[in-house]
Amino acid sequence: MTKEVKVEYSTQVKSKKEKSEKWIRLTSNRLLVTGSIILLFVLLIGIFAPILAPYDVLEMNPQNRFVPPSVDHLFGTDNFGRDIFSRVMHGVRLSLVIGFFVTLFSTIIGLIVGLLAAYNKILDHILMRICDGLFAFPSILLAIAITAALGPKTINVVIALVLVFIPSVARIVRSQALVVKEKTFIESLRAQGANPFRILFLHIAPNVMSPLIVQVTYIFAVTILTEASLSFLGAGVPAPEPSLGNLLYDGKLSIYVAWWMTVFPGIFIVLIILGLNLFGDGLRDFLDPKAKQLKKRGIIWKRKNNRY
Amino acid sequence: MEKEKQPLLKINNLKTTFSTYKGELSAVDGVSLELNEGEILGIVGESGCGKSVTAESILQLLDENTTTYDGEIIFNGKNLLKSSNRELEEIRGNEISMIFQDPMSSLNPVITIGKQIAESVRIHQKLSKKESMKKAVELLRLTGIPSPEQRVKEYPHEISGGMRQRVMIAMALSCQPKLLIADEPTTALDVTIQEQILKLMLQFQKELNMGIVLITHDFGVVANYCTKVAVMYLGQVIEETDVKSLFSRPLHPYTVGLINSVPQLDGDRSKELATIKGVVPSLTQIPKGCRFAPRCPLATEKCLEEMPNLESAKENHQVRCWHYEKVLEGELQYVN
Amino acid sequence: MSTSTMKSVGQPLLEVRNLKKHYAVRNSLGKTTGYVRAINDISFTIYEGETYGLVGESGCGKSTTGRTLLRLVEPTSGEAQFNGNNIFDLNRKELRGIRKDLQMIFQDPHTSLDPKRKVGYSIEESLIINGVKSKEERKRLVTEMLVKLGFNENDYNRFPHEFSGGQRQRIGIARSLILNPKLIICDEPVSALDVSIQAQIINLLKDLQKQLTLSYLFISHDLSVVRHIADRIGVMYLGNLVEQGTTEEIFSNPLHPYTKGLLSAVPVINESSEREKIEITGEIPSPINPPSGCVFRTRCPFAFERCSQESPAEIHVGEHRSVKCHLYDHK
Repeated sequence: MTKEVKVEYSTQVKSKKEKSEKWIRLTSNRLLVTGSIILLFVLLIGIFAPILAPYDVLEMNPQNRFVPPSVDHLFGTDNFGRDIFSRVMHGVRLSLVIGFFVTLFSTIIGLIVGLLAAYNKILDHILMRICDGLFAFPSILLAIAITAALGPKTINVVIALVLVFIPSVARIVRSQALVVKEKTFIESLRAQGANPFRILFLHIAPNVMSPLIVQVTYIFAVTILTEASLSFLGAGVPAPEPSLGNLLYDGKLSIYVAWWMTVFPGIFIVLIILGLNLFGDGLRDFLDPKAKQLKKRGIIWKRKNNRY
Repeated sequence: MEKEKQPLLKINNLKTTFSTYKGELSAVDGVSLELNEGEILGIVGESGCGKSVTAESILQLLDENTTTYDGEIIFNGKNLLKSSNRELEEIRGNEISMIFQDPMSSLNPVITIGKQIAESVRIHQKLSKKESMKKAVELLRLTGIPSPEQRVKEYPHEISGGMRQRVMIAMALSCQPKLLIADEPTTALDVTIQEQILKLMLQFQKELNMGIVLITHDFGVVANYCTKVAVMYLGQVIEETDVKSLFSRPLHPYTVGLINSVPQLDGDRSKELATIKGVVPSLTQIPKGCRFAPRCPLATEKCLEEMPNLESAKENHQVRCWHYEKVLEGELQYVN
Repeated sequence: MSTSTMKSVGQPLLEVRNLKKHYAVRNSLGKTTGYVRAINDISFTIYEGETYGLVGESGCGKSTTGRTLLRLVEPTSGEAQFNGNNIFDLNRKELRGIRKDLQMIFQDPHTSLDPKRKVGYSIEESLIINGVKSKEERKRLVTEMLVKLGFNENDYNRFPHEFSGGQRQRIGIARSLILNPKLIICDEPVSALDVSIQAQIINLLKDLQKQLTLSYLFISHDLSVVRHIADRIGVMYLGNLVEQGTTEEIFSNPLHPYTKGLLSAVPVINESSEREKIEITGEIPSPINPPSGCVFRTRCPFAFERCSQESPAEIHVGEHRSVKCHLYDHK
């Protein structure tokens, strides 16, 4: 009776091959590679801005006002004679820092809110109605209102933007979590008596991560844009501090005199956003290779049949 | 047959290759099949054996960016692989129809089933809107759907899976095709409904003298509804014959093993079910010699080194195995 | 008579009495407009060491039955005696005590394991949840279980996507066995697998049963699979248990017209002309508006007047044999 269970099969060993395959997929992903290179470039500028910048960002030099780009001042100088190259570098740094913290906090809080909403119906109603309320305002308007209430400080800009972006994260998390929640392995955990905390944070959370990470890169991009817009409107980072938005704001006043004051900060905003979006798209393709194959089978058949 | 007749469908050395980041995967590797009018060809095999890809290759429904076809698919004397897109569109749904496993994804969820059938009628036949709607009702009635006048106004999600498959059949048959490709048409259905759907297909097949290619994993379905059968493994046909000789004496060790492992409704139920050792390897790790050799109880050195060809073992019975004689001599036990 | 065909019959392990599950159907305003009668008053017993097969077509309530027993779905009424407790009366804490003895294997091996967790952890988690504190102890138990089911120790650190469907189902089985349960509810454990793999899993389940004196509630739509694994069978239709009996009895002498029809609808390889053929026409009615009287009468070739008027009672025709059909009511 105590015959050993015999099972004949060979486990397919994949380990090393699998890894090299992943590497091939990573490097053959053009979007991801381009995005990463751009981001790396911008990131290095942000990190090493204090070392790279040839001048003090706040140092005014009335003799050197509106100097066009030259060897001394690569990007020229502004109406106070400040070096634009240095200011852009520090602007990139500040924008990235603000973007990073806003993304970090809104993601963490949004993740928790979204998970709780997916778990409990009553909580869902309460949390999602609050999110709806926040969503009802255009994000810029809301951010302006919050910074106006809190006062013009960089930290307040971060708080305002975090509040603005929590709902978008929470929504993504909630919808993903609702899908994961229906999977059998969640049911199987319930059958073993796992408590909700374990199910939510140890199982559902890791499974909503990959779509979330993609969304987070987009949110990062939008954060930077929103911060720039806020500063441009004068409701963001307070004046002498160089953020990319501030630089644009300064440049706007003298756009006919000194085109370089707007063009260079503009280029860097575009670079950051482009880098983040390419990176996000690449990441999406990498994490979910099946999404690309979705146009297979029945759908094509119908299209070719001119049915719709 | 008295006069020399050309087969309705003749597939010659079909190779379907997908290009993926893992390299070229040959999902179908040198498949040759023949089907005459009025015949039902069953293609059986486990998942990943290439049976569905073969079916979809006939109409070239796979993603054109990543798929390459090679070989010949001759339908009614015309090579489909050489035909232009326009010619193919003409043939699809007109002379060759296809039904899929999951009818829900092949139906548009926001259009009533009546309109969908009527539209597919109108594409190929020049009928007015009113006439085509009438035809739709008629077709639904033919497929045995009760009160078709009411049903045409319903949406796909309002009807059951069996009904949806009937709707798909109605659409597929609206133009009286010469060839019907059915890809696991009843796998998602309950047995009692499966029987109804298969009988319905059989009835139409007789009326229209169609040829049917029936893709399935169920040997019971093959035994009861097909005339010819091809067993596939890892992209190759490994055995091909008529249904009777297959089930009376399968010759490939894989076929024998597969049929043995099917639980039956009769016979000794206390005995352990026969199994085939191992799993189907992935397309990236295709064995060098005979593809079944690593799992085969009869495998020898030769099997691991050299790939056997599909050759005639008996009249009308092809098999791809070096040792089919041993099977014939009864070295492998065949339970049925 | 019938007991001779069964394995040594032990004590009743699980006794389900008058189990009902009705779902309220609400309109868009939240008002209850009707009930889906998913399970309509079913009773059955599972003995120690036996396999009870529950068969039926989709929507007949067989899966819901299994889920109510684990309280994944709360039953509307009824009782289920297990280990001297009524499962349906237990609170959360007491339920945990029961769950050690009552485990489940799921249908789809592709979604029943967390894709982001190592398979070893997925198995180990049962132990964590059920209070095995020592990490070494847990690791040892999991590794032992993996080896027992034909994996090697390093497979602990692999992820589900590295395994084939059959292997994953084996991991699911390992997970359900890790707490040494008495009863495992198998919800269509082989229907997502290819035939050759299906045979491997069925053999494995049978071997494990012999070794560990397990009982199974084996839920399946596939009659031939159930025939190979079950000792006794209950046939469900539209929330009702229409026939019960030993496997031999059900297959050699089906009584209920639905059982007969179900059996004759299965396409078999060697069709013998002796097989009694009863064709079931039509579709399964909606469980929201089940037919009056006998639920099967709309598709039954033998239906007569009485069938539409009263629903048939359970008629016991043998020790373990019962049928719900007016044809067998000779009063």
